[in-house]
Amino acid sequence: MDVINALVALTNYVLIPATAYGAQLALGALGVTLVYSILRFSNFAHGDTMAFGTGIVILFTWLFQSWGISLGPLPTALLALPFGIIVTAALLLGTDRVVYKFYRKVRAAPVILVMVSVGVMFVMNALTRFLIGVDQITFDDGERFVISARQWRDMTGLSEPLTLRSTQVITIVTALLVMVALFWFLNRTRTGKSMRAFSDNEDLALLSGINPDRVVTVTWIITGALATIAGTLYGLDKSFKAFTYFQLLLPIFAAAIVGGIGSPVGAILGGFVISFSEVGLTYAWKKVATYLIPHWEPDGLVQLLSTDYKFAVSFTILILVLIFKPTGLLKGKIV
Amino acid sequence: MKKLLLASAAISLCASASYAEDIKMGVLLGFTGPLESLAPAMAQGAEMAMKEVSDSGKLLGGDTVTPVRGDSTCVDAAAATAAAETLVTTDGVKGILGAMCSGATTAALQNVAMPNGIVMISPSATSPALSTMDDDGLFFRTAPSDARQGEVMSDELMEKGLKSVAVTYTNNDYGKGLADSFETAFKAAGGTVTISTAHEDGKGDYSAEVGSLASAGGDALVVAGYVDQGGSGVLRGALDSGAFETFVFPDGMVSQTLEDNFGSEINGSFGQLPDSEGQGMQTYLSMAEAAGYDGSSAYSGGAYDGAALMLLAMQAAESTDPSVYKDKIMEIANGPGEKIYPGELAKGLELIEAGTAIDYEGATAINLIGNGEAAGTFREIEIKDDKITTVKYR
Repeated sequence: MDVINALVALTNYVLIPATAYGAQLALGALGVTLVYSILRFSNFAHGDTMAFGTGIVILFTWLFQSWGISLGPLPTALLALPFGIIVTAALLLGTDRVVYKFYRKVRAAPVILVMVSVGVMFVMNALTRFLIGVDQITFDDGERFVISARQWRDMTGLSEPLTLRSTQVITIVTALLVMVALFWFLNRTRTGKSMRAFSDNEDLALLSGINPDRVVTVTWIITGALATIAGTLYGLDKSFKAFTYFQLLLPIFAAAIVGGIGSPVGAILGGFVISFSEVGLTYAWKKVATYLIPHWEPDGLVQLLSTDYKFAVSFTILILVLIFKPTGLLKGKIV
Repeated sequence: MKKLLLASAAISLCASASYAEDIKMGVLLGFTGPLESLAPAMAQGAEMAMKEVSDSGKLLGGDTVTPVRGDSTCVDAAAATAAAETLVTTDGVKGILGAMCSGATTAALQNVAMPNGIVMISPSATSPALSTMDDDGLFFRTAPSDARQGEVMSDELMEKGLKSVAVTYTNNDYGKGLADSFETAFKAAGGTVTISTAHEDGKGDYSAEVGSLASAGGDALVVAGYVDQGGSGVLRGALDSGAFETFVFPDGMVSQTLEDNFGSEINGSFGQLPDSEGQGMQTYLSMAEAAGYDGSSAYSGGAYDGAALMLLAMQAAESTDPSVYKDKIMEIANGPGEKIYPGELAKGLELIEAGTAIDYEGATAINLIGNGEAAGTFREIEIKDDKITTVKYR
């Protein structure tokens, strides 16, 4: 019984939250990695693109709610997602036309593009706040729980609660679908293949007749879609606040780099490595230890790091990887 | 510049118009900074008391009182010191109502008030550190120390038979101070704090924090945070994961937002906040309404009381010298004697002149304890039928 209780506690406080968080990070890291490998710069504006996309989704959600449209047990935001993606992709394409295109034309060094993206980040950040404000917004409607703590206790009679929120299930399912679709697109379609060719060797790709403008356009559209989906899932699961997406930038970049920047599989792997280390290293293992080791009641909390240091975890992993294996776990590429 | 000229012209006019002495009193509050929305109602409270005394013409045989405002900010100790310095040296104030935040108050007290021997009464500094600070008997406050709230919270838990709690606090002076004072009081009463951990405000995700709290366990979770910030995030996480069922809410959490967002899920949880009731507060609220400001704004009543206390003490000491009237403040505030409420300052002055003892109650039922700080009354609340209900005052 104690072993089961220990497993339940572990699942409730580590496995489920870390998996959902990992999926959100992975989607974010995919967007970063895509821009990095095809457009060849680190896009610092990605966090705020996520915030902007989520903001638009929320506005559409409110619109649908005022019309009385809902998805029953599922959150209305899922219905608003396609509209959010369209607006976000349009914004990214507009930004590209106005800002990035010039720097591509003059063949600016990647570091200049990075700085440009920092500027774009500030503008998008302000735009998001202007659109939807700085307050915390919860836009999750529909059924809250798949399994709630009370149901679980009634069902199993275990002393440890287990909860599974519907947003966590939605996050994981959506992330899986998006990843499968992305890989299918990159590996099986003509456009996807031309994108990969462009990423591998720009000059050769141009010589073989690939239209660079088309590749750039498709990349931004996919990036917009990934950012909006990642942001919306994060917002549904936690809550929306314009500032928090900026803070997500560090774990997202850490995920992309740990996995091997430029490698989509690496981005996904990195997302889960980061989320499990963040949650696992800052979790207080006292309860699990008490259940597992009989006759031992630890005095402390058996916690490696205080939760305050959550971001330090991704930062440390980032530094370790950059020192010892700069190409990441799966071989990425460095421009 | 034009305003300044006008103001000084007005002040000099006032001064020349009165035959008796014109007493200048400093109103040193955070007119700019993180609490700027609270400062105006506090300043108006203090100035209303000064005007009341001044208009009565009974202070020390007809002295008038002129308030002089200074900006203590809230977070900038250097600015608070400079503002206090100006009040004391340039304006020559006989007492300072202020400062606003604990940090600014400490700076103004140690750098200006103590070297110059000026009395300071803060209506809103609640840091426990001010209770034990050496102040030459010059510092008082009409706000209760956060340590008091910690004790009240501990008493409440003990009465309900909850002996082991987890604590999460917002990572700033308020949260840390409250969590520490609660932990001390609760341990002294025989309770156990399983974990006391900080949460950062303004984050999206509090599952890691909730994980540690849940692992430490306890009968209830004390959420010493802000309802518009991380406090709600931790509460949401704890409810969702089924980690805790009973919660304790200090003042930062008790608000309409809490009821609206969590009402049905936190039935049976409880909390407390500094709040006063009774005749004095009612009178003060209607006086403030007549004067055109919101008297229920936090610490506004305390500001009125602080100003009134200094002026009544001057009357009792028959002197405007801070080193003389400082000894009378506790006596005026605690009685025994005839009770004086807001709007009755003239009566208070008369009684003192006639040699009758008074007990200044004021808007906040003031009673100074220890080193000269308000004992404070706390409203105990409980969430019942999805609503915040008042259990009692203590």
